[in-house]
Amino acid sequence: MSEVAHQVMWNRLISVVEEQAQALVRTAFSTSVREAGDLSAGVYDTGGRMLAQAVTGTPGHVNAMADAVAHFIRRIGRENIHDGDVYITNDPWEGTGHLHDITMVTPSFHRGRLVGFFACTAHVVDIGGRGFGADAHSVYEEGLYIPIMKFADRGRVDETLLRIVRGNVREPDQIVGDIHALASCNEIGHRRLVAMMEEFGLADLEGIAAFILENSRRATLERIAALPQSAATGEMTVDGFDTPITLRVRVSVEGDRIVTDFAGTSGVDPKGINCPLVYAKAYACYALKVAIAPEIPNNAASLAPFEVTAPEDTIVNARHPAPVALRHIVGHFVPDAVYDAFDKILPGVVPAEGAGCLCNFQVSLRPVTGGTGRRAEVLTFNSGGSGARPEHDGLNATAFPSGVMTMPIEATEHAGPVIIWRKELRPDSGGAGRRRGGLGQYMEVGARTGHEFDLQAMFDRADHPARGRQGGASGAPTTIARDDGAAMRPKGKQFVPEGRRVRMAFPGGAGYGDPTERPRTLVLRDLARGYISEAAAARDYGLRPEEIAAVAAAVARGEEP
Amino acid sequence: MTNDHAPGPDPSIRLGVDIGGTFTDVVLEVGGRPYLTKVLTTYAAPEDAIVEGMRQVCAKARIAPDEIGQIIHGTTLATNALIERRGAKTALITTEGFRDVIEMRTESRFEQYDLNLELPEPLLPRQRRFTVPGRVDATGAVLVPLDRSAVEAVVDRIAEGGFESVAVGLIHSYLNPAQEDLVREVLAARLPDVSVSISSEVSPQMREYERFNTVVANAYIKPLMASYLGRLEARLAEEGVTCRIFLMHSGGGIISIADAAAFPVRLVESGPAGGAVFAAHVAARHGLDRVLSFDMGGTTAKICLIKDRTPKTSRVFEVARSYRFKKGSGMPISIPVIDMVEIGAGGGSLAHVDALRQIRVGPESAGSEPGPAAYGRGGARPAVTDADLVLGKLDPDGFAGGSITLDPGAAEAALRAEVGETLGMGAREAAFGVAEVVDENMANAARVHAVENGEDLSDYTMIAFGGAAPLHAGRLCEKLGIARCLVPPGAGVGSAIGFLRAPFSFEATRSVYMTLSAFDAGLIGTLLEDLTAEATDFVRGCDADSPIATEVKVYMRYAGQGWEIPIALSPSEVAAPKAETFKTRFEADYARLFGRTVAGLDIEITVWAVNATTPPEPVAPVTAIDPDAAVAAEIATARPIFDPAVARTVDAAVLARDTLTEGTSVAGPAAITEAETTIIVPASRTAIRQPDGCIDLVETEGGTS
Repeated sequence: MSEVAHQVMWNRLISVVEEQAQALVRTAFSTSVREAGDLSAGVYDTGGRMLAQAVTGTPGHVNAMADAVAHFIRRIGRENIHDGDVYITNDPWEGTGHLHDITMVTPSFHRGRLVGFFACTAHVVDIGGRGFGADAHSVYEEGLYIPIMKFADRGRVDETLLRIVRGNVREPDQIVGDIHALASCNEIGHRRLVAMMEEFGLADLEGIAAFILENSRRATLERIAALPQSAATGEMTVDGFDTPITLRVRVSVEGDRIVTDFAGTSGVDPKGINCPLVYAKAYACYALKVAIAPEIPNNAASLAPFEVTAPEDTIVNARHPAPVALRHIVGHFVPDAVYDAFDKILPGVVPAEGAGCLCNFQVSLRPVTGGTGRRAEVLTFNSGGSGARPEHDGLNATAFPSGVMTMPIEATEHAGPVIIWRKELRPDSGGAGRRRGGLGQYMEVGARTGHEFDLQAMFDRADHPARGRQGGASGAPTTIARDDGAAMRPKGKQFVPEGRRVRMAFPGGAGYGDPTERPRTLVLRDLARGYISEAAAARDYGLRPEEIAAVAAAVARGEEP
Repeated sequence: MTNDHAPGPDPSIRLGVDIGGTFTDVVLEVGGRPYLTKVLTTYAAPEDAIVEGMRQVCAKARIAPDEIGQIIHGTTLATNALIERRGAKTALITTEGFRDVIEMRTESRFEQYDLNLELPEPLLPRQRRFTVPGRVDATGAVLVPLDRSAVEAVVDRIAEGGFESVAVGLIHSYLNPAQEDLVREVLAARLPDVSVSISSEVSPQMREYERFNTVVANAYIKPLMASYLGRLEARLAEEGVTCRIFLMHSGGGIISIADAAAFPVRLVESGPAGGAVFAAHVAARHGLDRVLSFDMGGTTAKICLIKDRTPKTSRVFEVARSYRFKKGSGMPISIPVIDMVEIGAGGGSLAHVDALRQIRVGPESAGSEPGPAAYGRGGARPAVTDADLVLGKLDPDGFAGGSITLDPGAAEAALRAEVGETLGMGAREAAFGVAEVVDENMANAARVHAVENGEDLSDYTMIAFGGAAPLHAGRLCEKLGIARCLVPPGAGVGSAIGFLRAPFSFEATRSVYMTLSAFDAGLIGTLLEDLTAEATDFVRGCDADSPIATEVKVYMRYAGQGWEIPIALSPSEVAAPKAETFKTRFEADYARLFGRTVAGLDIEITVWAVNATTPPEPVAPVTAIDPDAAVAAEIATARPIFDPAVARTVDAAVLARDTLTEGTSVAGPAAITEAETTIIVPASRTAIRQPDGCIDLVETEGGTS
C-alpha cells in the first residue's frame, strides 16, 4: 500500500465520520443535538483506539468519547460482540461525564470479521430524575442510569430497555427518537466504511490505523519538543454553587509529553457541578492541543501525549456517586485555568479569560393549576464573550471552549410554550484592553399566557468575572433577576410564576493588553457600533467629549466615524 | 444596422449570457445551431462585455440583434457584490430584543482548532440595525401589537441616516407577515424612493438567523442589481434588441427582469445553476434518472445531484465562505436553490505539504496571474495543472487551444521544491500525490453531499463539464464507484447553454405545521390552491401562452425533529390528500435514507412548496451506442500517461475529439483532445462517441477500477 493511498484513506475516514455526524443532526429530536450540535462521532480500530472523529461536534464529547470504546469492549466482552449489535450507555465515568449524554457504539463487521467500531454521543433534553440542573446531591437523583449494555443484539432491539427509558423520562418521544438517531448514524458510518474497504481491497484497518497513529504521534511530538521544556502553575477561582471553586493547575512540558496536574484544586461540591476526570481531561487536552497542534486531527495517538492527572475527590476527579449533571461548568473553565499556567511557559499565544462555561438554562413549563396548556422541557445553549487574543479582540457571544451552537429562538419557541423576549449583545461587557474582550449577551425569558415554569439556572462568573491578561481589564460579571426586581441565583432550580420574566446578562470576555494602546480607529468603531457606551469610551479609552460627539453625529447621519 | 433587412424577433433565435469571474460566455442559438464566444468580463460595466459578445455571435450567425427572440442572462454579479461587500447603504428593521441576530450567528466557532479565528463581519454593522416593538408568537398569534408611531420614529432615523435600502425582518414573520407589512407601509409613505425588502416575502422560512440574513442580503444588493439590470436593458435596446430579457435564478429556472430586480438574492449562484440545468438536459437526452454533475474550472469545483432529470434543490445555502470554503464561515441564504457543494479545487489550486507531512491542495488558487508554474509567468508554486502536465494528462503544446505553451520543466521543478523534497518523492510521484489529493477532496465533497441528501452514488452517472473536469472525471468515477461518465459537447460554456434549456419557473413555499394526527385535508386543499396560484402567476408573467405544470412537495419529519425530508406528491395525492398515504411515503423514504424508522411517533409536515414551471424544452432522446457494437477508432498517436489506479505510467492513445465519429470508441488508457480541454480515459474505461456528440466513459468489461 503506497503512501499516497494511505493519505487518501485517512482523508476518507475523516469524511466517513463527518457523514456519520451529519446523519445524526438530520435525524435527532432534541434541539441540543439537531440545532446546537452537542454531539460527536468517531471511528475506532478493533482495540478501541480512536482513528478519526467528525469535525462537527464539541471537544468535551470528542476527547471523552475517545476513551469510551475501550470500556464498551471490556464490559460487553469480545466473545459477545456480533454483527448487528448496537451498545448503549450514559455512564458519566465511562461515557462523557453526565447522564444526559447517551453514547452508542456499533461494531463494524466486514466479510464476517470485526474490523472496528463506530461511536457517537449526543446530549438529550431529559433523562428523568430531578431534571437537568445542579440540585441533586448524588448521581442517583440525576436520572435514569443505563449501564453499558446491548441496545440491539444481532439486529434485535431491546424493547424492554426502551420501555424503561420511556417510563423514566419527561420527553419520551424525543429521547427514544434520539436513541434511534444515534444508532442510525453509526449505521451510516459503517456503510461508508465498508464501501471504502471494498474500494481499497482492505481486509482490516490495521495498516491504515498504524499509518494514521504513527503520523499523528510523530507530528504531535515534534510540536511538544519545540516548546520550552519547563513547568508552570496557574489557578482560577469561579463561583461554584454555594462556595467558590479554585482550579489549580500545573502544566509541565516533558519532552515527549505534556503533563497537566490538578493537585490543590477544590474538593467535590455537594451539588451537581462536579466533573468526572474524563471530562476535565477532555478540556485540558483540548486547551493545549488547540494552542500548540491545532491542525493535527484528533485520534488516539495525537491525544495520548497530553496526560492529565488529578487527585481523587477533587472537583475535576469526582467519583461515583457524586452528582455531575452540570459537569460542563467546571469542564468549560478548565482551559482558562490551564492557560493561566501555559501562558507562563509560552507567552503571547493563549487568550485572556473568557465567559468560559456556556450560559445554559432549561425551563420546565407547565400549565397553571386548572389550565389547559402543555408541559415541556426546553433547553437553551447560549454564550458569553470569549477572551481577547494577543492580536485579536475576543469573539462576541461565541462559545469557547465549547463547540456547540445556540438554537434559533424560533425553533426554541416551537419546542414549548416559552417566549424568548430578548437575545442580543450586551454593550460594555467586554473587558477593556489593547484587544477588547468579546461581548456577553442579554436574554429575557418568559412563558405563554396560562403557563408557569421552573428555570434551571446554570450560570457562573457572577462573583468571579473573567480576568484580563497583560494589563487588560476584566469582563463584566453575570447577573440574573426577575423583571419585577426579585433576586434570583445564578445556579439552581427557581420557580417563576405566570406573567413574570427572567432577565439575564451573560458575562463578557476579558481584555488583553493596556487599553490605552488600543488603536483609536477600533475605539471609534466600537463606540459607533455601541459595543461600548460613551461613558466607557471616555473612562476606559480616554476618548474626549468632542470625539464622542463626532461619533454620535456620524452615526446619526448613517456614516462611518 | 437595425431594420432594413430583419423581420423582427424570431422565437427560434435565443441568446444565453453568463457573466463569470473571468469570462463572459455568450451562446447564440439559431434554430438549434449554436454560435459561441467568450469575452473578458468587464467589471466596471458588465453590460459592455455582453454587448461585445452579442455583436460577435450575431456576426458569426449573420443576424441582427433585433432578430433575437429571447435573451436569458445569469451572472455572478450578485454573488460578487456580497463577497466584496459592494452593496447599498442598507438598514435593518427588526424586532426589539433581536438587534444582533445577524451578528451573533450561531454563537459558535466554525473552526474549533484555531485560537485566532475571526468571524465574518455581518453585512450591516450594528449601528445600521434598528428595532421596533411588536411580537408574533410561534403559532402566528400577535403577542404584542406593533404601534405605527413606533415604526414612524425608527423610519425618521432611517431618513436622517440617508439609507438607500431597508430590510425588514421580524420574529416569526414567516407565520404572520402583518407586522412586516405595516413597516413596509410606513416606509413607503415616508420614504417612497427607498428600496424595501421584507423577510416574509424574500424568504418565508423558520430560523431567524437565516431569514434575516437573506432579507439583508437582498436589500443590500437590490439597488445595485436594479441599476445594472436597467442599464443592461437600455444598452441592449440601443443595440436594436427588442425582445424580452429574462434572468436565470439560483433555483435553476427563469424569472422576469422585474422580479429579478425585486428579489436579486435569487440571482446568487445563477451561473452554476445554469451548469446544473445544462447537465440535467444532457441527462434527459440520455434518459438518465440519477446524475452527478461535476463542474470544475480554474478555482473551484461544483458538484450537484440531478435526480429524475431535475437538479436537486435545497432551501438554504451559504454564500461567501470566508475560511477555506469551510461550512459555517459564510452567510446562510435561505431561498430555493439548486443544491450544490462548491470546494476550492480547480486547475489553479495550489499544493503544499503541511506539518503532518500530508499533501494539501487548495483552496488558494494561482488564478490566471501568475498561474500555475507551467504557464511560465512567474508562478513558482505547483498547481493542479502542473501535476496534470507532469502526469502526461496535458499536452504542453495543445493547452487552451494552443494559446499557452506549458513548460513541463517548470512544473516539475515546482512539484519537487514544494512537495517532493519534504516527502522524499520525485516530481512524478509528487504530481501523483497532488492529483490524488485533489481528486479525493472532490470525491469526499461529493460523498458528504450525497449523504446529506441521503443518496448513494454507486448507481449514478457523472456528467462532466468546465475546463478542468474532463481531466479528472475518469479518476473521480473510479473513486466514487461510478460506472459511467458523459462529457458533453460545448462543455466550456455549459452554464450559458444551460440558460437556454431552463424553463420559466417559480417556487412558492409556506411554513404551516401540521401533524398527521391532526391531518386536515380541507386546509391542505386551500393551502395548495393558494400556493399554486401564487407560483403560476409568477410564471404567467413571463410566458403568456405555454402550459404551466405544477409540482407539489411537502417537507416531513417525525414531530420533534428539526430537519425534514422532501416528499414529492403525485397529482392524485394532491387532489385527495390522505394521512395514510403521507405516512407511507414518508416512512419509505426515511428508512431508505437512515436505515430504520421510529415506531410510535407522530409525523409532521412543516413546509409546503409548489413549483410552477413551463414544460421543459423537448429533448431528442439519444439512442446510446451499444458498447459492444462500437467500432474502435483509429489511433493517431500515443504518449505516456500516469494511471493512478495502477500507480504507474502507461502508454495511452491520443486522438482529437473531432476525429471520433459517432459510434466509434477508444479503450483507455487514452487522451481525447479538444480546444478547451482534454478528456482522460483511464485504463479502466472505454470512451464511446455518442450520437449527440457526448463522449461516454464506460467501465471496460472485466476491467479494473
